[in-house]
Amino acid sequence: MNLILFTFIVLLGFTSYYFGRRKAYTIQSSKKRLTALPQFYGYYLAIWCAIPAFIIFSLWAIFEPTIVKLLVLSDYSNQGYLDDELNLIYEKTKSLSRGQFTGEITPFIEASAEKYLSLRSIAQSSKAVIVLSIIIASVAYAYKRISSNSRTREPVEKFLNAVLFTASLAAILTTLGIVFSLIFQTIDFFKVIPLFDFVFGTHWYPAKAFVRDSSEALDPTMYSDTFGAVPIFAGTFFIALIAMCVAIPIGLMSGIYLAEYASSKVRQYAKPLIEILAGIPTVVYGFFAALTVGPFLKELGTSMGLEVSAESALAAGGVMGIMIIPFISSLSDDVITSVPQSLRDGSYAMGATKSETIKRVIFPAALPGIVGSILLGVSRAIGETMIVVMASGLAANLTFNPLESTSTITAQIVVILIGDQAFGDPKTQAAFALGMSLFLVTLCLNIVALRVVKKYREKYE
Amino acid sequence: MNKNKEQLLNKRYRAERRFRLYGQSAIFMALLFLTIFIFKIFSTGYTAFQKTWLIVPVNFDAEMMMIDQNPSKEDLQDADYYDIALKSMADLDQNANDDQKNQLKRMVSYFFEKEIKNEILNDPSLIGKTKEVYLTASDDLDQVFKGNYPRDLPEDQRRVSDYQLKIFDQLVAKGKVESKFNISFFTYADSREAELAGIASSFMGSIFSILVCLMIAFPVAVLAAIYLEEFAPKNRFTDFIEVNINNLAAVPSIVFGLLGLGVLLAIFHLPRSTPLVGGITLSLMTLPTIIIAARASLKAVPPSIREAALAMGASRMQTTMHHTVPLSMPGTLSGTIIGLAQALGETAPLILIGMVAFVNTIPGSPMDPAASLPVQIYIWAESAERGFVEKVSACIMVLLGFLIIMNLFAQIIRHKFEKKWS
Repeated sequence: MNLILFTFIVLLGFTSYYFGRRKAYTIQSSKKRLTALPQFYGYYLAIWCAIPAFIIFSLWAIFEPTIVKLLVLSDYSNQGYLDDELNLIYEKTKSLSRGQFTGEITPFIEASAEKYLSLRSIAQSSKAVIVLSIIIASVAYAYKRISSNSRTREPVEKFLNAVLFTASLAAILTTLGIVFSLIFQTIDFFKVIPLFDFVFGTHWYPAKAFVRDSSEALDPTMYSDTFGAVPIFAGTFFIALIAMCVAIPIGLMSGIYLAEYASSKVRQYAKPLIEILAGIPTVVYGFFAALTVGPFLKELGTSMGLEVSAESALAAGGVMGIMIIPFISSLSDDVITSVPQSLRDGSYAMGATKSETIKRVIFPAALPGIVGSILLGVSRAIGETMIVVMASGLAANLTFNPLESTSTITAQIVVILIGDQAFGDPKTQAAFALGMSLFLVTLCLNIVALRVVKKYREKYE
Repeated sequence: MNKNKEQLLNKRYRAERRFRLYGQSAIFMALLFLTIFIFKIFSTGYTAFQKTWLIVPVNFDAEMMMIDQNPSKEDLQDADYYDIALKSMADLDQNANDDQKNQLKRMVSYFFEKEIKNEILNDPSLIGKTKEVYLTASDDLDQVFKGNYPRDLPEDQRRVSDYQLKIFDQLVAKGKVESKFNISFFTYADSREAELAGIASSFMGSIFSILVCLMIAFPVAVLAAIYLEEFAPKNRFTDFIEVNINNLAAVPSIVFGLLGLGVLLAIFHLPRSTPLVGGITLSLMTLPTIIIAARASLKAVPPSIREAALAMGASRMQTTMHHTVPLSMPGTLSGTIIGLAQALGETAPLILIGMVAFVNTIPGSPMDPAASLPVQIYIWAESAERGFVEKVSACIMVLLGFLIIMNLFAQIIRHKFEKKWS
């Protein structure tokens, strides 16, 4: 039904475009001067067709379900049901009307299902009538306006400009959406768990919070010593540190080599090959770490008499480091290439060798940019999820031994939220609180890094 | 004095060579990782494209199937195939006891009944005759045949019994075990049994998610880029939008998963586990990537094009829509494809919105529950069964194949259609 109506409106839109343009030609043939190109007359009419339809459709989508629900449930209004029970009745009614209801059918529910269906069909047909009549009215009004040869280009362009502007708000809306989805759950979480316990507690054991009868009231004392995030924060930074120990030397040296030493031929092949590492999905790295690197390190450790966990922080961090190599190498490559040639020439003229020039002149000059690229790498390491979920441990140990297993913020979020979630449960809220801290930390890192890189660019461009 | 100078010079040259060597070894290390990586995936994965079949003689006995001699099509559909299927497996060893018969049955997949049924539906004249039928081997035997399964483990640590191995070896000796191209890997949905698990459902899930993502992200991102590059006044607000976009591009993907969970599922009540929600979440993630690419390619269009159009009396909107935007399209499109390739490989946000549910049907629309290729990799990698290891690698190969094709496509668009201004 909706689809038919929608197709019909689209067809109507095209027809009105055609009519608008034809009207313009008739005006032209009567030797009057047009105020805009003929297609603008068409666009003008089509916009007058589309906007009212869009507005009514969205209003309908927002209000129809609530109104129908109110009307259906009005039969039950004075029988003393609680809100939750009413919602349950309504859900039953809906699934019965779709023929998917499997429970016991009472005559009450059957009656309201019938009422529901009849209300829905009334709503559908009245929507069709209202939409069509309003469209016809607005197109007729617009047609009258273009017949009197009033301006059409300006309104059309204003409309397009508004559309473009709205689209550009998408990024802000996404950021707002992120903040909103995180903040409410986080606030609820901190109502139960004191912020202090979360930030300074050293025991993370969310599974304990799950063993709870949902009918019991929340008992905050139960959660003391359950949501202490210190082991997780420590694990996150520890794994990120291991990753950077792999990524910084290799990434930086390959960036320097590509920028300063490599012949154009080596550069042409080596650069895209290294960048392939950045294009490999992280779940593939996770599989590699869990299946190959973890067992390999364990065997290696055993042969040297060390006890290595199969899910060691070293395996996860090392593989994560490989993933970050291309970010650091290509960014530092860019940064080093943009150091002005005059600095190099000056150094060579003083008799310095190439490596001395790089170490004493180019590296200090490029340092802000390189630091920026490393910060971006750190932010990526902290936010990386699949590698740690698959290759590092899921239990949060507070340890700084790279051969033991630790857990990270991202891994804990996945562990908590995989499967069914109950909103309103402190465990679920804990995941959002972790998400919030992750978002804030990476946001700060990104802002600093982007600013440093930008400042650096401005200096040499 | 002179000697000292020479020594110093030599030392400096040695340092130079050393530094150069560090650089070379860094590149070498990075490329070595890449090689090991690809080698490992291919060497564990290529066997998944082969599937082991047992060739078992089946006696299509009408009585045991509970049908008469000239059954109609419906009779054949409803006939009982379990008994003849069981019997033909049990007949592999004439003097097997009950326990051994049970073991014989477990040498093939639980689809064996259906495979026998299909045989007779294709050729009803088989009734009363005996024919050799190809049956899917169980995943453990499949692994044994491919040589991935250690046969020298003690029996109680193996999932294949000595008895099953004995019968299997007899079949191999008689040439009744065959390896063929594994079509079912591409046509079957996910399954708990490794030998029957395929990527069809997750593949369709990925396609639907990417399509939803493209349909939302591309228009919004292009329009936003046009506004920011061509129309936006230089003020604080547009600066704010710009900072926002750059930050969004670096927000960890899992945060977008939380956004999908907290807003799309909890507030808008969109259906869980569906490519629709997955696609919307991914589109929010790809949005900044496409905006940045589109802005860069709009910026690359030289001002002379705009000035010429304006000089001919075009309005700013006309200049942009008729000249600047079409010229910037190749760069925008290749940026879009690269963004979509990133989205295709994304796992974490999809896990959070429930696309890890076990789905054994092939989704027909974005509103049906589905997994996606990377999530499938995750699901299989977490399974304990040995048969899934090669499946994971094969799935990775399919995914990497797609990513390579998409990236090549982006390159081709860029090189073929982009105008060089200079």
